[in-house]
Amino acid sequence: MRSTHSRQANHALATALAALLVAPCAARAQSAGTYEVTPELIAAAEKEGKVVWYTSADTEVVERLANDFHAKYPKIEVSTERSGAERNFQRINQEYGSDLHVVDIYEASDAVQFPIFKRAGWLAKSLPAEVVKLWPKNGVDPDGEFATARANLSVIAYNTKFIKPADAPTSLASLLDPKWRGKMVKAHPGYSGTIMTATYVISHALGWDYFEKLGHQRVMQVQSSSDPPKKLALGERPVMADGNEYNIHILAEKGVPVVPVYAPEGTPFVPGNAAILKDAPHPNAAKLYFAYIYSLEGQQGLSDVGGLRSLHPGVKEKAGRVPLSQIKLLESDPVALEKEIETIKQKYEQYFGT
Amino acid sequence: MAPESSAALAAPARGFDAFRPLAGLLIAVLAALVALPFFWLCWYALTDAKGAFTTANFIALATDPTMTKPFVLALAMAACVSALSCAIAAPLAWLVARTDMPGRGAVRALVMASYVTPPFLGAVAWEFLAAPNSGLINQAWRWAFDLDPFDALVDIYTFEGLVFVIACYTFPYVFTLVATALDRVPTDLEEASAILGARGARTLSRVTMPLVLPALLAGALIAFLQALTMFGSPAILAMPAGFHVITTKIWSLFQYPPRLGLAAAASFPLLIITILLLRGQAWLLGRGNYAVVGGKSGRARPTKLGAWRWPAAGFAGIVLGLTVALPYLALLKTALTSEVAGPLTLDSLTLHNFHFVLFELSSTRLALRNTFLLGFGAATIGVVIALAAAWLVARGKSRLTGALGFLAMAPVAIPGVVLGVALFLSYSRPPLQLYGTLWILLIAFLTIEMPAGYQQFASALRGLHPELEEASRILGASRLTVLRQITAPLLRANIVAAWCFIFIGAIRELSATILLTTSNTKLVSVIIYDLNESGDLGAISVLGILLLVITFAVVAVANRLPVLGGPPQARG
Repeated sequence: MRSTHSRQANHALATALAALLVAPCAARAQSAGTYEVTPELIAAAEKEGKVVWYTSADTEVVERLANDFHAKYPKIEVSTERSGAERNFQRINQEYGSDLHVVDIYEASDAVQFPIFKRAGWLAKSLPAEVVKLWPKNGVDPDGEFATARANLSVIAYNTKFIKPADAPTSLASLLDPKWRGKMVKAHPGYSGTIMTATYVISHALGWDYFEKLGHQRVMQVQSSSDPPKKLALGERPVMADGNEYNIHILAEKGVPVVPVYAPEGTPFVPGNAAILKDAPHPNAAKLYFAYIYSLEGQQGLSDVGGLRSLHPGVKEKAGRVPLSQIKLLESDPVALEKEIETIKQKYEQYFGT
Repeated sequence: MAPESSAALAAPARGFDAFRPLAGLLIAVLAALVALPFFWLCWYALTDAKGAFTTANFIALATDPTMTKPFVLALAMAACVSALSCAIAAPLAWLVARTDMPGRGAVRALVMASYVTPPFLGAVAWEFLAAPNSGLINQAWRWAFDLDPFDALVDIYTFEGLVFVIACYTFPYVFTLVATALDRVPTDLEEASAILGARGARTLSRVTMPLVLPALLAGALIAFLQALTMFGSPAILAMPAGFHVITTKIWSLFQYPPRLGLAAAASFPLLIITILLLRGQAWLLGRGNYAVVGGKSGRARPTKLGAWRWPAAGFAGIVLGLTVALPYLALLKTALTSEVAGPLTLDSLTLHNFHFVLFELSSTRLALRNTFLLGFGAATIGVVIALAAAWLVARGKSRLTGALGFLAMAPVAIPGVVLGVALFLSYSRPPLQLYGTLWILLIAFLTIEMPAGYQQFASALRGLHPELEEASRILGASRLTVLRQITAPLLRANIVAAWCFIFIGAIRELSATILLTTSNTKLVSVIIYDLNESGDLGAISVLGILLLVITFAVVAVANRLPVLGGPPQARG
């Protein structure tokens, strides 16, 4: 629980950020790559019959999104390749390095990757009209090559079966308390885009000193940011030092006794972007599925079932979740982050051993 | 091919003998399988981004503590695994092969079951059992003694835990080698020892042990190399424990920004260690005259254990309980419950995980199809190449065939993760653009499994007297006809065994395939790895069970099929 004082202190900033996130940019000109879902597009997509996407969101969430789409367009199979953002990045680099173009849509929680793809000329200038019209400015690439398909927070969380709310960690700093030694789980920046972003923003907000001390806490290290919430639910560790907020939402709404904590130091905000590849083997099916992901139906599903945050202004958040506007967010700068990746990995290995 | 004309001259009176061209072709195929990846490995290790010569990668390898530490840990881990495997397997093999312990046949069969289990699946199963807090063993421990939450009996996320889990799935190598050697120890030597007044223990230590020592050493070596080059189990257990071994470190070098040169350079110490160990083994075995000369000399008389029969059976039971029964039960329980750590009750019983894997997870069917297609393909092609190579080496006397033997065994020195790197570097560019197809995986499996298949036939052919083949040759058959009509049917049991070995090896493989699969060429092993990364434990259990059930079925059928090794009627 945060103190009233810090809540007030954060409120102004949170409101400003939320305004930035939610205010639609009305005056954006429709660029050449903007498209609508037309009967012709649907027919062409059905003729292709398949769409392949790489994503780093949780397995059940993405398989459900894909199955909902398939139920709507039964003639189109969705092939989902789910893995950590860094793993998928490695894979697409291996593939494109070998001139293999098997993937249509790429989605990842690591915002750094998209400017890199853009520079490499791999992305199509192609966005659904709905995105161009409704998305806030910082959720869309100015050149129309990618947009935020989902947003995620990396949060602290705990299992109430083992920890009373009064004893629970309240802040990032409180995780350094010796009583949490051997009791925490966290994900790895080398494998998870979410955690790479989170490590970057926290190292800037609190300094590397924080991670050095956290490294002495015998933290259980897992790879994907989807995993700490699951280890928490299992009771393998009672506290999660970082990990996906949306998995905590999903678990909590299923009745698993897990609770997120929004640290007064700030909570890392992790935009998950998506793009259509220029050399997509199924360009029309890609456009149709891409539009579905950003549609109100798709986004509401990602929010309801997936527990994710959406930039679609029409999406209604479920009751019981803390609204984004009340959370102090730590936002990252993908271009600056890219230059620091090597340092982050090195420091991290130094402090945590892997 | 050049040697054709001379081959024709060297052939016997009648017909065309394809012996020489076949040898040439096999050498070309094996050389391509081994030499091409090795070339690219050297190239990447020794050049920088601009293609200029550099030793920077090797300097980084020797001086960077994040590189040297994983090496030290991996060597220590491999040594511990090797020692533990021998400590478990040697007594167990003796009990099974030379005593009247009850349930000997069942023990042999269950050890094979442990061999069939992919090590990464075993590691996941042991997470269910021995994770310090959610592990079923620790829960039972706390429940039984009414302890506080977070009091743990065992912790699998430790160096010791990792050693234990790897040993669970490498001890079958030692067991099989030692048990076979014990089966072959001539009883007359032991009887002579007994007649001369030695007691059982003395005969065991002075006669039997020295005779099986080479097998034990070979087993220790294989266990060491398996552990050193293993990727799956460390990838699952070492990271939560907070350390890297060399294979997981090499794998992490592929993450962005990839450091291929360093990854390639890091492969060389592994290669050198492997080659040195194999040399050392050859030297050790060549020094003393360990060969059992007597051949078959009647059935071994089993040692009567007397009152020790049941404790011995208890020991076997514990070993198999830890390596087979408990992990399989843990997988089954996790597959059938909604809550991994919760108790299995009627309420928590669910088929949700099965439904998810079979109907919702989009890659399941493709991966199952690919896995078994490749298993069949690699096993069948691998048996043909290995048999032909072993036969050429055993029956041909030229330098050419000597090279063949070396090439067939060379992949043993290439760890899977290194081979993955090398194959990716070799076949991801024109003119051999195989990355993204099943062919690159087929090549990987063939290369990795070639030594196992080759060794199976090489040792079998040593025990097969050439007189039958010579008789056939005298009657005018060409050498290839002899191989097809005489040798292969005689080796039927070995062919089935080699086929199963390669098939199981392909199913178990994760270290090379993790770098070589794409979305169209997914394998079950890689899906299990990905699902573990995101903590989807129920789905892993279901996939693991499917994989095991199908593998057991295939192995069972393969052992009963009359066609493998030539149907009986073809021998006329």
